[in-house]
Amino acid sequence: MLTKRRDAVSGRARLQGIAAGLASGVLDRRSFLRRSGLAAGGVAALGGLTLGSVRKAEAGPVVANFKIDRKKNICTHCSVGCSVIAEVQNGVWVGQEPAWESPINRGSHCAKGASVRELVHGDRRLKYPMKLVNGEWTRVSWDVAINEITAKMGEIRDKSGADSVYLLGSAKFSNEGAYLFRKFAAFWGTNSVDHQARICHSTTVAGVANTWGYGAQTNSYNDIRNSKTIIFMGSNAAEAHPVSLQHVLTGKETNRANMIVLDPRFTRTAAHATEYVRFRSGTDIAVIWGMLHHIFANGWEDKTFIQQRVYGMDQIRAEVAKWTPEEVERVTGIPGAQLKKIAETFAKERPSTFIWCMGGTQHTVGTANVRAYCNLLLATGNVGVYGGGANIFRGHCNVQGATDFGLDITNLPLYYGLVEGAWRHWARVWDVPYDYFVSRFDEVPAKAGRPARTRKENMETPGIPSTRWFDATSFAADDVDQRDVLKAMIIFGHGGNTVPRMPDMVKALEKLELLVVADPHPTTFAAISGRKNGTYLLPICTQFETSGSRTASNRSVQWGEQVVKPIFESKDDYEVVYRFAQKLGFAEAMFKNIKVENNRPVPEDILREINRGGWSTGYTGQSPERLKAHMRNQDKFDLVTLRAKADTPEVGGDYYGLPWPCWGKPEIRHPGTHTLYNTNLHVKDGGGTFRARFGVVYPEKQPDGSTKDVNLLSEGSYTLGSELTDGYPEFTYGVLKKLGWDKDLTQDEVATITRIGGGNPDAVGWAIDLSGGIIRVCLEHGAIPYGNGKARAVAWNLPDPVPVHREPIYTPRADLAEKYPTRPDGRQFRMMNAGLTVQKTAIEKGVAKDFPIILTSGRLVEYEGGGEETRSNKWLAELQQDMFVEINPADAAARGISDGGWVWVTGPENQSKARMKALVTERVGKGVAFMPFHFAGWFQGVDQRGNYPKGTDPIVLGESVNTITTYGYDPVTGMHEGKVTLCQIKAA
Amino acid sequence: MARMKFLCDADRCIECNACVTACKNEHEVPWGINRRRVVTINDGKPGERSVSMACMHCTDAPCAAVCPVSCFYTTADAVVLHSKDLCIGCGYCFYACPFGAPQYPRVGNFGSRGKMDKCTYCAGGPEDDFSTAEYEKYGRNRLAEGKLPLCAEMCSTKSLLAGDGDIIASIYKERVMKRGYGSGAWGWKTAYKETVSV
Repeated sequence: MLTKRRDAVSGRARLQGIAAGLASGVLDRRSFLRRSGLAAGGVAALGGLTLGSVRKAEAGPVVANFKIDRKKNICTHCSVGCSVIAEVQNGVWVGQEPAWESPINRGSHCAKGASVRELVHGDRRLKYPMKLVNGEWTRVSWDVAINEITAKMGEIRDKSGADSVYLLGSAKFSNEGAYLFRKFAAFWGTNSVDHQARICHSTTVAGVANTWGYGAQTNSYNDIRNSKTIIFMGSNAAEAHPVSLQHVLTGKETNRANMIVLDPRFTRTAAHATEYVRFRSGTDIAVIWGMLHHIFANGWEDKTFIQQRVYGMDQIRAEVAKWTPEEVERVTGIPGAQLKKIAETFAKERPSTFIWCMGGTQHTVGTANVRAYCNLLLATGNVGVYGGGANIFRGHCNVQGATDFGLDITNLPLYYGLVEGAWRHWARVWDVPYDYFVSRFDEVPAKAGRPARTRKENMETPGIPSTRWFDATSFAADDVDQRDVLKAMIIFGHGGNTVPRMPDMVKALEKLELLVVADPHPTTFAAISGRKNGTYLLPICTQFETSGSRTASNRSVQWGEQVVKPIFESKDDYEVVYRFAQKLGFAEAMFKNIKVENNRPVPEDILREINRGGWSTGYTGQSPERLKAHMRNQDKFDLVTLRAKADTPEVGGDYYGLPWPCWGKPEIRHPGTHTLYNTNLHVKDGGGTFRARFGVVYPEKQPDGSTKDVNLLSEGSYTLGSELTDGYPEFTYGVLKKLGWDKDLTQDEVATITRIGGGNPDAVGWAIDLSGGIIRVCLEHGAIPYGNGKARAVAWNLPDPVPVHREPIYTPRADLAEKYPTRPDGRQFRMMNAGLTVQKTAIEKGVAKDFPIILTSGRLVEYEGGGEETRSNKWLAELQQDMFVEINPADAAARGISDGGWVWVTGPENQSKARMKALVTERVGKGVAFMPFHFAGWFQGVDQRGNYPKGTDPIVLGESVNTITTYGYDPVTGMHEGKVTLCQIKAA
Repeated sequence: MARMKFLCDADRCIECNACVTACKNEHEVPWGINRRRVVTINDGKPGERSVSMACMHCTDAPCAAVCPVSCFYTTADAVVLHSKDLCIGCGYCFYACPFGAPQYPRVGNFGSRGKMDKCTYCAGGPEDDFSTAEYEKYGRNRLAEGKLPLCAEMCSTKSLLAGDGDIIASIYKERVMKRGYGSGAWGWKTAYKETVSV
């Protein structure tokens, strides 16, 4: 029996042996509790290790009548951003109290948040730097580790080039850590710097930003309390974002809102819905077009909104006309009447919000899916209003911030891109000559008929996505469009079981010359391969052991204070990045304007540098002082509007966490933006329009072959109190002059603009004006600096400008793949994406006959991401002790599989196989199987517990779903296909 | 005096298990002991509902009725506690309890069970408030600090309510009125049939 789901007691015995190694795993409760007192907690955890300089892991019980300090930080798991109050005695974290004052969680937590104290107890944490010496884990000092790693990096750089070192960052970084890491990559000279957003919401960011300007959640969790209709599609928030359900369910109750869940699986979220719709995995576009078919056919669309604020809806209308209820049912499986009903509800019972997560994004058509969702919102006029919007729930505590700060192969911090202007902007902010950065990048020779790249061209070429680093390692050098293949992976805070095709990944791991894992835990990367040398583990502390800001999904920025000092020998990200930079010889330039204390760059100072450069996204008003004031005054913010009353000291009029864009310098006290694109508010109150980032007119091809210039600026729609009462382009100094507003600039501001502009100051735009003058003047006139444009229903610069349904690469419906094939093969991100070839081969081979079950994946509430951290937490591990596959009773019966029995799951590539338990349930439909993606430590039936350094193996191990998942990449972002593949299941 | 009660609003419970880990964290409850757990009914089917269960602190507690050594007692706040010094680990209370609340640190056909452990409503035990002895045997005493049980305080959706029976009843009543559909309480339909609306 699967322990937690059905019966809480039966699983007790199995992992006791493993748990017994824990300080508190002793089964006699009395003897366990007798060991109270400050020093008791961690000694047993360390076993026979000599402590030396290792700081003891202490998170012992409370000592009576001893002073308790309260520290406030933010939960390090999902993106909701729950405040955590830690009780600290004598430097030891002894208890957790509810943070009633936080408007986001009001004291609440989920299983993960309620047990974060364990992370700092750290029974299973990596305690000191280690390296592999002939297959044995050996303790080394920080100095030795950093000297050896940087020496090897230099060697690889000389031999193969800077691009052969891959820098994988983390959504667990603070904003300041993420920014430093991106800056580090710029100084090192590669654009192959990435993080978890690649595999979670990269397609959202690309799809949403290409539709209306910014790639982020438009509203907030709290704002869902205003919604009348809430659609969850490919989101199981009850498990992935549990505290968000507090707002959703309250909204549902008070507004009697419709809560509709569309998902291939009857999730725990669906259990609370007013309507559940099951559809076939990977057919999202067909579902949305099916809904829009009814909406257009019945005239339920918001005609005024479309006329004023949307470009290209007619082309969508034409595509949608093809999706008759019959065709939609044939492709998706949703009965016509049910879809019509939810389409009508969504269009009529407004405001309606649309929530999506990885069920929508992790597809070969991820970006197109996202744009289809946006089109549904645009057609029904549900963007830029309270209670509406695209409520994109992001996955990790700072995945929004890490995305914002450019841990992305296509961007410098804050979405400036990689063009020369962007590099010059950041070179100015960093006070380092632009030419220095050019010199750091590789020259790429001509290869296999493809042209060579100069250093400058290479510097402006996107890097390799984290979903394909192993291809870039294993492929022949001619097949990878850079100087050489990858030779080194430097991985900060990223699990090793998060990307499909793990058998291929393992081979590549063994080929790497250097593997560095900087993380609180060894992660799967350390244990899964047969590496013998050239592997380093660096213990990094959690965000509870350092300070810094993180950005929640709703763009609110929250400052976390240090709860306790880093445990054992661990260090924070700032210090480790600094030490790397020092050894590599660019620390002085990189930290020119950032104070460094005892080798640790001061996060407040890093944030101030961000404030000086982050104009494009409005990361300029969130000074450390303002953020700390927000944390002190959390109770002053309204639960629904997130705004503090105007007369409140310190934070009056602000939205909680100064959600970006928070325009201009901190001194002008912009309140932040709770709801993006909301024209009902003055820009100084957080109002906005769709961003005019796609030009002023678009030369649209007409059926007769001619072109017609179509207006891309909004028509008759503008923010409250704006002096400009129609659409307008992005602001530059030149535009200000035309309007006569340049007179409002101060002399200093003009001087700065002139300095930046060189010979052409008129071209200096709002986003590179380091004086902030252009933005300040715009706000004074009620205008928004990025212009007032239309949202694009059609993104002409992307593949499939109008999203079209395309069958998954491994589809069970060969008949449909002919009509709706995947995109043609093509080179993207320095490599070939051969999706169509793989799809055709699979169909020719009849893969669907041998592997008849659709395999999809998702989260469990107890674990997060790759799961190393949470599976090492005894309080969470106890609740989920086994990897499992959910299988429908009909499929189980046909295969003689019983509930709780062992099964082998096999996949269509690499003869992959995985052994796990079966959970027979109607949660999944017939022909569908589901696996959680948090497990690792078993590989193709082999328990790899012995491969972890002693004492750092997570309590719970299991097979990874990504051993089975297969090929498939989104052409826009390189997102993998994590939600649809095929498999076969047999009783073991 | 107040009558302390738990109430789980099954319309809100999403089985996130925050109550479970909050309890473990607060009292350092070891592996294998579950003072609180979440039970799911109709798992994976329409009608799926979850309820967080612990000791219900019964008015006329069956555990106390069957205990051969009379280790149970009811506090002035109507919390049912027990003395681990008196407990002989016989397990009668486990058979008597309708909710499976009593937990034992050891399992096995012939081994001893060890002293019984259960939810204390975060109210400690017979020892002096905040004493080391109390903490060692029963965990933290939040009630004496003027706080409520942490499981309810940290509930992700404010489903699990704890406090004076009259107050939580009025909170719950207000919710049911707002919802305008039946009651979130599991078993409502069994008890009152479909015909009775709120």
